[in-house]
Amino acid sequence: MAALFFGILILAALIFAVVAGLVIYAILRYRARAGAAAPRQTFGSRRMEIVWTALPLLIVCGLFVLSARTMASIEAPQNGLRAPELVIVGRQWWWEARYSNGAMAANEIHIPVGRKLLVRVESPDVIHDFWVPELARKIDAVPGTPGYIWLEADHAGTYLGACAEFCGAQHAGHRFQVIAEPEAAFDKWLAAQAVDGAAPPPAYLANKCADCHSVAGVETRIMKGPTLAHVASRTIDLARWVRTPQAVKPGVLMPDAHLSEADAIAITEYLSSLK
Amino acid sequence: MTDWIFSLDHKRVGRLYMVVALVFALIGGLEAMAMRAQLALPNLKFIGPELYNQLFTMHGTTMIFLVVMPLLTGFGVYLTPLMIGANGVAFPRLSALACWLQLAGGILLYASFFAGGAPDAGWFAYAPLSEKAFSASPGVDYWAAGLLLVTAGPICSAISLIVTIAAYRAQGMTMARVPLFVWMTFVTSIMIVFALPALAAALIMLLADRQLNGLFFNAVRGGAPLIWQHYFWFFGHPEVYIMVLPAFGMISEIIPVFSRKPIFGYGFVASSTVAIAFLSYGVWVHHMFAVNLGPFVISIFSAASMLIAVPTGVKIFSWIATMLGGSIRFTTAMLFATAFLLEFTIGGLSGVAFAAVPVDWQMTDTYFVVAHFHYVLFGGTAFALLAGAYYWFPKMTGRMMDETLGKWNFWIVVLGFNLTFFVQHFLGLRGMPRRVYTYPDLPWLGALNLISTFGAGILALGVLLFCVNLLVSLFFGAEAGDDPWDAWTLEWSTTSPPQALNFKNVPVVEGRRPLWDAKHPETTDASVGAAG
Repeated sequence: MAALFFGILILAALIFAVVAGLVIYAILRYRARAGAAAPRQTFGSRRMEIVWTALPLLIVCGLFVLSARTMASIEAPQNGLRAPELVIVGRQWWWEARYSNGAMAANEIHIPVGRKLLVRVESPDVIHDFWVPELARKIDAVPGTPGYIWLEADHAGTYLGACAEFCGAQHAGHRFQVIAEPEAAFDKWLAAQAVDGAAPPPAYLANKCADCHSVAGVETRIMKGPTLAHVASRTIDLARWVRTPQAVKPGVLMPDAHLSEADAIAITEYLSSLK
Repeated sequence: MTDWIFSLDHKRVGRLYMVVALVFALIGGLEAMAMRAQLALPNLKFIGPELYNQLFTMHGTTMIFLVVMPLLTGFGVYLTPLMIGANGVAFPRLSALACWLQLAGGILLYASFFAGGAPDAGWFAYAPLSEKAFSASPGVDYWAAGLLLVTAGPICSAISLIVTIAAYRAQGMTMARVPLFVWMTFVTSIMIVFALPALAAALIMLLADRQLNGLFFNAVRGGAPLIWQHYFWFFGHPEVYIMVLPAFGMISEIIPVFSRKPIFGYGFVASSTVAIAFLSYGVWVHHMFAVNLGPFVISIFSAASMLIAVPTGVKIFSWIATMLGGSIRFTTAMLFATAFLLEFTIGGLSGVAFAAVPVDWQMTDTYFVVAHFHYVLFGGTAFALLAGAYYWFPKMTGRMMDETLGKWNFWIVVLGFNLTFFVQHFLGLRGMPRRVYTYPDLPWLGALNLISTFGAGILALGVLLFCVNLLVSLFFGAEAGDDPWDAWTLEWSTTSPPQALNFKNVPVVEGRRPLWDAKHPETTDASVGAAG
C-alpha cells in the first residue's frame, strides 16, 4: 500500500515536473519580444501526438497492474462465506462492536494485537464508513449491503477512527477508537465485557434512560443507544452527558431530559460505577 | 426590462445566463467563506452542525448547477453562432426557456431557507440520509424539485446548441473546421442530453419516496440505497466533464491567439474530447470504491478511470506545444490560461491517484478529495472562465477590461487559490474527513486549516477584484474595436458588441482560421496545406 502510494506520488511529481518545466520554458523562451518576426505557423506533428498518446497509455497500464496487485493483497473475502470475527455496526452517531461471544462495545473497540480479524461492517440507518487510517482501508456500511475488511494491528496502542461517509448532523462527532492490546489482556477484557452491569436505580428508569440504553453485557434486542454496561471504563464525561447531551454533541438523538439535580447525581453516580 | 425577459437573441440570453450565474457565484462564495471561518480552528462553535450541513449542501449545489453550468452554457449560447458564422441559435425560444428554467429552479432551491431549512443531505443527497426518516425538514424536497427544473434547462439549451452546430454553420465551415470551443460545446451538449435524465429520474424516485411513501431506497422494505448512487453518479461523473470540456474549449481558443500560432494537433484535441465523453460514461463507480461491490466490478471501473488520463494528457501536451515556438503575449487572459495548465494538471494527477483503488480506499471522502476537485473545477474550469471573461469581454461589451487590475486580480487569485486548496491535500493525508463541521485538535489539523481559511480570504479578495474590474471596465473601459486581440475566429469579424444581426454578410469559410486567411491572403491555412 505504502509502495503504491509513494510510487504514484513520485510518478505524479515527475509528470508535473515535465509539464511545469515545459510551461516555464515556453514562458521564458517564447515570450513576445518587440520587433520579433511572427512565429512560424506549425499545425501539429503526427509523430509527437502519437508519442504523447502512447506513452501515457503505457504508464497507465503499468499503474493498473500495480494497483490491482495491491488491491488483491488488501481485499477481504466479500461473499460472507467465512464468519466474521467482529461485527461493526455504524449508527447515527456512534459505533457498536459485536464480538463472537455476544459481548458488545461502543465507540472504544478492543482488538488483539497481531491477529487478522475479518470484520463485517453494517448499518441499520444511513450509510456510514468505517475508517481507521493506520489499520485498514475504508469500507462503507450500507443498509442492506454489508462490507468486509481485514482489521489488524501490529503494535499495541490506541488508533483513531472516524466515519468517512457523511451521515447527518453529527458526522463530525462520529468518531471512535480501536484499542489493540496483547491477546491475554484482550481475552480478559472480552470476558468482563460480557458481564451485565449492576441493576439500575429508580431514577434511571423513571427518566426513561432504559428506553434506549441497556446495561446488559450481552444484548439480543436492537437498542437505539449504546449499551452502558461498562460505560465507566470508557473516556467519557458522564456528568455532562446525563445533564446536557445536546451541548456535548449538538444534534445527537438523545434529548436534553432536564433532569432534577437529584436524579442527575443519582444517574451519574450509578453510571460511574459501571466499570 | 421586457426586452430582456422576452428576448430571443442568443447574445442577450447568453449574457443573462452569465449575470445570473455571477450573482449565484457570490452567494456560493459567501457560503464557502462561512464554512472556512467555522473550520479556521479546531472545535469552534461559530456555526452549528445543522447550519453547516445546509451550507455545504447549498455551496456544492449552487456552484455546480447555478454557477459553473450556466456560465459555460452562457458562453456557449453567446459564442457558438458568432463562431460558426450564424445569425442565431436553433429553437431560440427553447434556448431562452432553458435560462429561465434554471433561474426558476435556483429560486425554488433558495426558497427552502424560508420554508423550514435548506437541504442538508449534501449536493449528492445519498439515500437513505436524504429520505424523510433522516432528513425531515422540507429542504431536500425543495432541493429535488428545484433541481428538476434546473436539469431541464441544460437539456433544452443542449438540444438547441446541437442543432445550431449541426445545421447553422456558415458555408465552408465543415465539422473539421469549427473552432475547438464549438467542438467541445457540441460534445458537451450531447453528454448533457444523455447524462442529466439519469439525475432527473433519481430525483423523481427520491420525491416519490419522500412524498408518496415510495420504497425505492428503503433497504428494510425491499428497496436499495445503492440504486441512488448508481443513478446519481451515472449522471455525476459525466457531469464533471460537462463542467470541464467547454473550459478546455476556451483554453483551446485563447492559447493559440496569444501564442500567435494555430492549435497544435487540432484533430487530436477534438477527437480526444470524444474519447473523454465516451469514457466518462464508464467510470461512475469510482465514486463508490468504498462500497462492497466486489473486486471484478471495481477493477473494470478503475481501469476506465485511469484511461481518461490519456486523452486529457493529449490536450495538455497539445496546448503546451502550441505555446512552444510561439510569440506569447501575456495578457491577463493568457496568464489565466497558462496558470490553468499547471493547476489543472495537479487536479488531473491527483485524480489518477484516486483511480488506483487502494489509494482511493484511504483518500476518498477526506479533504484530499476536496483539494482534488477544487483543482479541477476552480484551478481548471474557473481559471478558464476567468481567461474567457478577459478574452471575450471586449466582444460582448465593446470595452476592454482593465489590464492593471487584471494582473492584480490574477496574482491574488493564484495565491489565494493555492493557499486555500493545496494544504487540503495534507489535511486529507492527516486523516481529516470531508463534510465535518468541526474537528478535534489533532497534530497539524489546526495549523493547516488556519492556512486554508487565510487563503480563502485572499481568494475572496481576488474574486472581488474581478467583480470590480468587470463593473469599472463596463462603464470606463477603453474602446475595444472589432478585433482587439488580432484573433482568427469569426466572432472577431463583426462589431463589438455585435448588432442584433450578427453578420451582415455571412462569410464563406475556407479553413480553421477564417480571419487569419482574410488577413494573410498570401499564406492562408489552405494554401500552406494545413488540414481541414
